[in-house]
Amino acid sequence: MDLYATELMGAKTYDVAGNYVGRVREFFIEPAEAPNRVSHYLLSRGHFQPLVAKHNQIASVAAGKMELSVSERALELYEPNDSWLAVQKDLLDQQIIDTRGRKVVRVNDVDLTPFRTNGNVELRLTQVDVGLPGAVRRLLQGVVPYAVVRKLQSKLPQSAIRWEFVNLVEPDPMRRVKLRITHEKLEDLHPADLAEIMEDLSAAERQGIIASLDEETAAAVLAELDERLTTQIVEKLDPEKAADILEEMAPDAAADLLADLSKETSDELLDEMPGQEADEVRELLEFDPATAGGMMNPQFAYMGEDSTREEVLEWMRGEELNYDQLDTIVLLDRLAQFSGTVPVARLLLAARDQRMAELKMEPLLSLPPDADEKEVFELFDKYNLRMLTVVDKEHQPIGAITVDDVVSRLVKG
Amino acid sequence: MDWNAITAKFDRVRAGDTDLQKKIRGLRRRLTLLLAVVGPGLITSNVDNDAGGISVYTQAGAQYGYTLLWSLIPMTIALYVTEEMCARMGVVTGKGLSDLIREEFGFRSTFFVMITGFFVDLANVVAEFAGVAASMQIFGVSKYVAVPIAAIVVWGLVIRGTYRQVEVIFLFACVLYLSYVFSAILAKPDWLIAAKHTVIPNLNLNSGYLLMLTGLVGTTIAPWQFFYLQAGFVEKKVGPRQYRQARADVLVGSISCMLIVFFIIVCTAATLYKNGHRDITDAAQAAAALIPLAGKGAGILFAFGLLNASLFAASILPLSTAHVICEGLGFEAGLDHKFKEAPIFYWLYTILIVVGAGVVLLPNAPLWKILIFSQVGNGIWLPVVVIFILLLVNRRDLMGDYVNTVTFNIVAWVTAIAMIALTLVLTYTALFQQSVPPPP
Repeated sequence: MDLYATELMGAKTYDVAGNYVGRVREFFIEPAEAPNRVSHYLLSRGHFQPLVAKHNQIASVAAGKMELSVSERALELYEPNDSWLAVQKDLLDQQIIDTRGRKVVRVNDVDLTPFRTNGNVELRLTQVDVGLPGAVRRLLQGVVPYAVVRKLQSKLPQSAIRWEFVNLVEPDPMRRVKLRITHEKLEDLHPADLAEIMEDLSAAERQGIIASLDEETAAAVLAELDERLTTQIVEKLDPEKAADILEEMAPDAAADLLADLSKETSDELLDEMPGQEADEVRELLEFDPATAGGMMNPQFAYMGEDSTREEVLEWMRGEELNYDQLDTIVLLDRLAQFSGTVPVARLLLAARDQRMAELKMEPLLSLPPDADEKEVFELFDKYNLRMLTVVDKEHQPIGAITVDDVVSRLVKG
Repeated sequence: MDWNAITAKFDRVRAGDTDLQKKIRGLRRRLTLLLAVVGPGLITSNVDNDAGGISVYTQAGAQYGYTLLWSLIPMTIALYVTEEMCARMGVVTGKGLSDLIREEFGFRSTFFVMITGFFVDLANVVAEFAGVAASMQIFGVSKYVAVPIAAIVVWGLVIRGTYRQVEVIFLFACVLYLSYVFSAILAKPDWLIAAKHTVIPNLNLNSGYLLMLTGLVGTTIAPWQFFYLQAGFVEKKVGPRQYRQARADVLVGSISCMLIVFFIIVCTAATLYKNGHRDITDAAQAAAALIPLAGKGAGILFAFGLLNASLFAASILPLSTAHVICEGLGFEAGLDHKFKEAPIFYWLYTILIVVGAGVVLLPNAPLWKILIFSQVGNGIWLPVVVIFILLLVNRRDLMGDYVNTVTFNIVAWVTAIAMIALTLVLTYTALFQQSVPPPP
C-alpha cells in the first residue's frame, strides 16, 4: 500500500532484533543515484547524534512504523549532505513547477510507493500532493490516529502531480548541479507560460531559472515577462550572459529592456554585444518609448517596387527572416524612399511576373519616428493594419511596427 | 535591380532631440518610477483608520481632549518600523508574508495563523459594514438600503476592476480622508494647545486614560495590514533597486495616517470635550453631536469621513484575507482565476462579504460584542504575526544584506514588545471588564 510522507515522518524505527532505534525525522533522495528512490532515512534519538539508515537496510515500512533489516550497530552517524534532496526541508511546503499543468504549486505532502528488492523495501516517490487531502493530513497527523486521517482525507478531491512532471526550483546554482536539477522540461514550455510561472516565484528563484536556461529561451521568456521583473533579472545577471541573451532578442525588445535599466548598466551591456546588433539597439534607444520610433523594429523585409513576385520569393527563401517580419513587405522606389507595403498574403495570390508596385496596399501609410504612440494606435484601428512603416525625414523606411507591438502596448497601457 | 545602391542609401536618421525635451522626459521618467512603487504603504496605513479606529480616536478626543495627542509620535514610529520590515521582505524576497511563514514554519503554524486571521478579519469586516450603516444613518439612509448597496459596490469593484484601477480608486479614497482636516478646521480648535500636547508627553496614570491609550495603539496597528502591505509590493513587482522609494511610501503612509488621527482627535477635543459631550461611544454619534456645535458642514464631513473609511476597509479586508489564506495554504488565489479554478478563494471572499454585511442587517445584531471580539482577536493575533515578521526579517538566507541592523532590531523588538504588552492589556480589559458602556 502507498504511504504518505506525513505517515513516515515520526515513524518509530526498530532494528532487526526488534530494539527501538529512533524516529524518522527526515528522509532523502539522492538524485545522482536514482531520481525517485528514498535513499536515506534520518533517525533521531533524542539528544544522541542522529543515525542514518540506507535504502538497503529497510525490512518493512508502514504508517508510523519502520523495521530495519540490520542491527543498530550497522547504521552510520548522520552527516549533512548537500547532494541529498531533503523531503521535509526542500520539498514540503515549498513551491514547485508543475510542468504539465504549467503553473507553480505548493507541496502539501508526498506519495511514496514501496517496492520489494532483495528482501528489502525501497520507497519511491511517485507524486506530490498539492490539494486538500495533503493539507488535511498535514494538519491532523500525529493528533488523530492514522486510520482516521486516511478515512477523512479519502473523501476529498485529489490533486496530485506525478513526480516526473515536477520541476524543483533551487536558487543556488551549486546545489542545483548536485541535485541534478535541469530546466530542460521548462525549455519545452511556451515562453509565455514560462514567464507566467516565473512571476509566481521569488526573486532568487527567477534568477536561478533564467541563468540556467539557454540564451534563446531566456530571451524569449524575458520578452514575455513583466518589464519590472525583466529589469531586476537583467541587472543581477552576469553582464556577459545578459549581453548574450539581449543579442537573441529582437532589437526593439532589447531596446525596451535597456531603456528601463540605469545608463551605466545599459552601456555596459551594449559594449558586451557585437557591434552591429549593439548599434541597432543604440539607435532605437534614442527614441522616446511612447513614440512610433520607440515601438518600431529596425529589422524588416524590404524590396524594390519593380521586383516581381518570383524575385521576391526567391529572395525571401535565401534570407533568414522570422515569421512576423515576413507578414508584410516594405517597398522602396529607386531613391530608396518608401513607396508602399505588400502583405505576403497578397503575394501568394499574385501571378508569377506581377510587379510589387501593382500589389501595393492603399492608402499609402507611414509615420515619422517622433509620432506619438496614440497616432500609431489610431492608424492601426482605422485601417485594420497588421504592420505600419516608420520613415525618416528623407521618406526612407527605418523600421516597422507590427500589430503585436501595438497589442502589448495597449494591454500594458 | 541594384540592391547595393539602395541599401547603401538606407541610412537611418537619429531623431532630433532638444535639451528641453530631454529634461521633460527625465522628469517624466522619474515620476513614473516613483508612481510604480507608491501605493501599498499609503493605502495600508490609511486603511488602518477604519471604522473601529475612527470610533476610538473620537472617544479619545471626546473623553480626554488634547491630552492623548503626544502618543501619536511614538505610534508613528511603531507603525513605520513594523511596516517597513514587511515592505523590505516583500521587496527583497518577492514573496508574500503568508508564503514566507508557510515555507519557514510549516503547514500547521500557517494553518493556525490563517484560521485565526479569518475569524478576526470577519469580525473586522462586520465592524466596517457597521460603520457604513452608522454613517449613512446620519445622511438619513436606512441601513437596510445602505449596507446591501455597499456590499454590492465592494464586491463589484474588486471583481470587475484590475489591480491598477482598484489601486487608483484606493489612492483617491486616501485623499478623501482630508475631510477630517476640514472638519477639524471648522471646529475651530486651539491649535497652539494641540501642538503643545503633541510634542510634550502627558502621562496620566488614571486607569481609563491608560485604557484609551491602549485602545489607540490596538486599533491603529492591526495584524492583517502587514500581509496586505507586503502583498502590495510583491504585486507591484517592486524590486530591491526601488527599496528606497518603497520605504518612502511606507514613511509617508505612516505619517499621513497619524496626521488624520491627529485631526480627528483635535476636532472632537475642540467640540465634544469642550462642551461636555464626553460619553460619546462611536464615530456616528460624534458626527451627529458635531452638527449643533461646529455647524452642519463639520458634522457632515465627519460622517462622510467615516463612510469613506468604512467602505475603503470593507473593500480591502475581504479580498486581502481570502488571498492571504489561500496563498499560505497553497490554494489557487486571485481574481484572474475563474471560480472553478480557485473555488476556495471565491468562497472565502464571498463568505466574508455576505456574512460581514449580513450580520449588520440582523435586527438585534450583537454589534458591540463583535467589535470587542475584533479587538480581542487583533490583540491575540498581533503578537504572533509580529514575532513571525521579526524572525523572518533576520534570516540572512532569505534577506541577504537586507537583514535588520542591530540598532533597527533593538527599536523593532522594543516596539514589538511594547505593542504586544499594550494589546494584551487591551484584550484583557475587553474580555473581563466592560470598560466602555454598550450602545443604547
